[in-house]
Amino acid sequence: MKPISRVMIALAALALLILLFVPIWRIDLQAPQYPEGLYIQIYADHFAGDVEKINGLNHYIGMGTIHDEMFPEFVYLPKVLVALAAFGVLAAIWGKRQGLFAGLITLTLFGLWALYDMYKWGYSYGHDLDPRAAIKVEGQAYQPPLIGHKQLLNFDAWSTPDTGGWILFGVMGLLAGVYFLELRRKKPAKPVTA
Amino acid sequence: MKRPLLMTGTTLGVVAGAFLLMNSLPGCRPSGTTKSVVTGDAASKVYVKPGTHDEFYNFVSGGFSGQLAVYGIPSGRLLREIPVFSVDPESGYGYSEETKGMLTTSHGFIPWDDSHHPELSQTDGVPDGKWCFINGNNTPRIALVDLGTFRTGSIIEIPNSAGNHSSPFTTGNSEYVVAGTRFSVPMGDDASRDVPIKTYKENFKGNVSFIHPEPETGKMSIAFQIVTPGVNFDLSHAGKGPSEGWFFFSCYNTEQAYSLLEVNASQRDKDFIMAVNWKLAEQLAKEGKGKRVPGKHHSNWWNHKTHSTETTVYEDVLQLDPKDHPGLVYFMPCPKSPHGCDVDPTGKYIVGSGKLAALIPVFSFEKIQKAIAANDLEGDFGGIPVLKYESVLHGEVKKPGLGPLHTEFDANGNAYTSFFVSSEIVKWNVEKLEVVDRVPTYYSIGHLCVPGGDSKQPWGKYVIAYNKITKDRYLPTGPELTQSAQLYSIDGDKMELLLDFPTTGEPHYAQAIPAELVKPREVKFFKIEENEHPFVAKGEKETKIERRGKEVHVWMTTIRSHFAPDNIEGIKLGDEVYFHITNLEQDWDVPHGFAIKGAANAELLLMPGETQTLKWVPTRVGVTPMYCTDFCSALHQEMQGYVRVSPANSNVPLTALTVSVDAEM
Repeated sequence: MKPISRVMIALAALALLILLFVPIWRIDLQAPQYPEGLYIQIYADHFAGDVEKINGLNHYIGMGTIHDEMFPEFVYLPKVLVALAAFGVLAAIWGKRQGLFAGLITLTLFGLWALYDMYKWGYSYGHDLDPRAAIKVEGQAYQPPLIGHKQLLNFDAWSTPDTGGWILFGVMGLLAGVYFLELRRKKPAKPVTA
Repeated sequence: MKRPLLMTGTTLGVVAGAFLLMNSLPGCRPSGTTKSVVTGDAASKVYVKPGTHDEFYNFVSGGFSGQLAVYGIPSGRLLREIPVFSVDPESGYGYSEETKGMLTTSHGFIPWDDSHHPELSQTDGVPDGKWCFINGNNTPRIALVDLGTFRTGSIIEIPNSAGNHSSPFTTGNSEYVVAGTRFSVPMGDDASRDVPIKTYKENFKGNVSFIHPEPETGKMSIAFQIVTPGVNFDLSHAGKGPSEGWFFFSCYNTEQAYSLLEVNASQRDKDFIMAVNWKLAEQLAKEGKGKRVPGKHHSNWWNHKTHSTETTVYEDVLQLDPKDHPGLVYFMPCPKSPHGCDVDPTGKYIVGSGKLAALIPVFSFEKIQKAIAANDLEGDFGGIPVLKYESVLHGEVKKPGLGPLHTEFDANGNAYTSFFVSSEIVKWNVEKLEVVDRVPTYYSIGHLCVPGGDSKQPWGKYVIAYNKITKDRYLPTGPELTQSAQLYSIDGDKMELLLDFPTTGEPHYAQAIPAELVKPREVKFFKIEENEHPFVAKGEKETKIERRGKEVHVWMTTIRSHFAPDNIEGIKLGDEVYFHITNLEQDWDVPHGFAIKGAANAELLLMPGETQTLKWVPTRVGVTPMYCTDFCSALHQEMQGYVRVSPANSNVPLTALTVSVDAEM
């Protein structure tokens, strides 16, 4: 691969380390009583935002509370990110297209797994309700949207990537672009041998 | 028989003709007071769209309500009534065990006062939105209201004072707020105070106090008092700019009358404005000059960590006698019982408003300094030098109106003076002393307020009139009518009436400040982890009940939508029950209330993260309900509980529980 491609791969890999410090995903909630809105930010290792307020509200409808300790993901996610970054840097040093390809696939699988994991949690969060809840709405579940908007009783909920999520998408896009260019790049014509 | 009929007919005809004539000719009959002329677009100038905010906060004294009301300007909408000097059953202020101390004085618990003059704290002579001071007139006190919480932060009692009217005006960086006694009284020990009233001249003394609020905490203490001959102090204002370091107090009753003041105190052609060099007084106090005299007083401070009052009791106070300290105090003659004493934004001019005068004298600070330097005196009053009127006068506004009371200023060199008798606001140019415009008020204006109008930097835009009489301005409500304010635009050359709005209590002075200087300070809730109340329960696990002899203490919590505990048994007749309630909520605008049947005090209204205590003495055996009074949530009506009261000799065990469905099954 061209040296510029290898530099790009290394930078993209290192950019993944930013995800250790910035919010990756966010869920925004808005209701008539909350014109200022409520939000949760998901970091690699913790929640931030109005978690306590949301926990307080959710007891009416029997939803469970959320706490950092409930999520083993918060323990291993930072390690996975460091491993992914290391993988990328190694691929850049190695300088073969196969390395880049493997990195791209791993990252995509990681992204898909993360979305699936979030969906799975969201499903149980929204469906496993306390039978003694004060407010019960027949057939109503409160699973937050995986991505995009959803109406949950008096709340409008939005689920969107936060800074870290956008960086992750950027990294994936960059690596895919580099790979694409490398594929298209014609191999230098072999010297004609006599 | 026909003639009398004819005569009657003719008479009737003449009377009817005269009646018609009288009614058709203008000026032959009073037509009633001219109603306000409001131009078509006045409504749009005061219309604040639903969901949007007013431009100014307006802090308005409650007068005999003892409280401080907060309005939005230009809409005139009432936003809050802050309990200051009077008990407030709706919030539990003065009823909860913690707040009782705020209203405790050397006379014991005082549940009411008469609050007259709000004054915003200042930085560099400009209101900063940190605190609002207000005076208690009857049992002399000054309160400091914290504009982060909109609650009373501290209250200090003023000793040796009677009728704290000339108060609580501030120096340019709120180093001090002042209190001048309206009534002069005998001071000292019991023997020196127990004197015949007719010995006023010998035994009665006036004084002005300088109170220092601690910048960090707002705790107040009296730095020093300046003792004066017996007179009535009325109003005051600090110098600024060139006159920084001086304070000016109006005083009347230099006749030293002690009865029928209406007549006896209106005899002299001129009374005084007293000029105090407070920088010098401060220095003298620092040097240990003056003497400590008896003057027991309380200084109460609200600790927002323990959610309780902390009281310091002082036995005496430092007094400075101007007779011992030349250069400390001067009197300036001012016509006819001056009331308002106002300093213009440049600090160059001091406006006295003789309430019986038909002119407004304006004094020049520069000339005052020259007269002092030249010892240009017309004599002395009780040993204090009196400067010559002509020597210190910048000039007089001639025939401005009748009964000038108070003056506020804009940033363009204009003054706005209220006239009680002629019921109008008169705008005049301070430098030229010329009347520029006048506008009627409905009716009999007292104080008036321009945003920042007594500071170095008036924001202008409006003048608000606080009237003493409303008569026909609103729907009648029996003998007692609403009190009223009126908003005028001062943007143009002509003052323009925009709005009438009703007020609580009787408004005296008021202050207004751009909302942007206050809004960022707002506390949304109290952090539960910072709660240091001795009876706090920081979670339901910390709730409990404990008997201490006849006292039963309940550590209780509130969270949407239940009390913990909500089933209490083992209370006996003769017990005193203390409910220490902590609102566990940690979100804005989620208060809970607490009320229990038969409570002889009031309810508690608890802000998120706050702990307060209600004392309850049961009077009969049985099961007593308690409930939340603030519609806190969809399940607010479920937020309730029971207390079982048994006979004095019963042996029901003391328990406090919250019982869930599972436990029942």
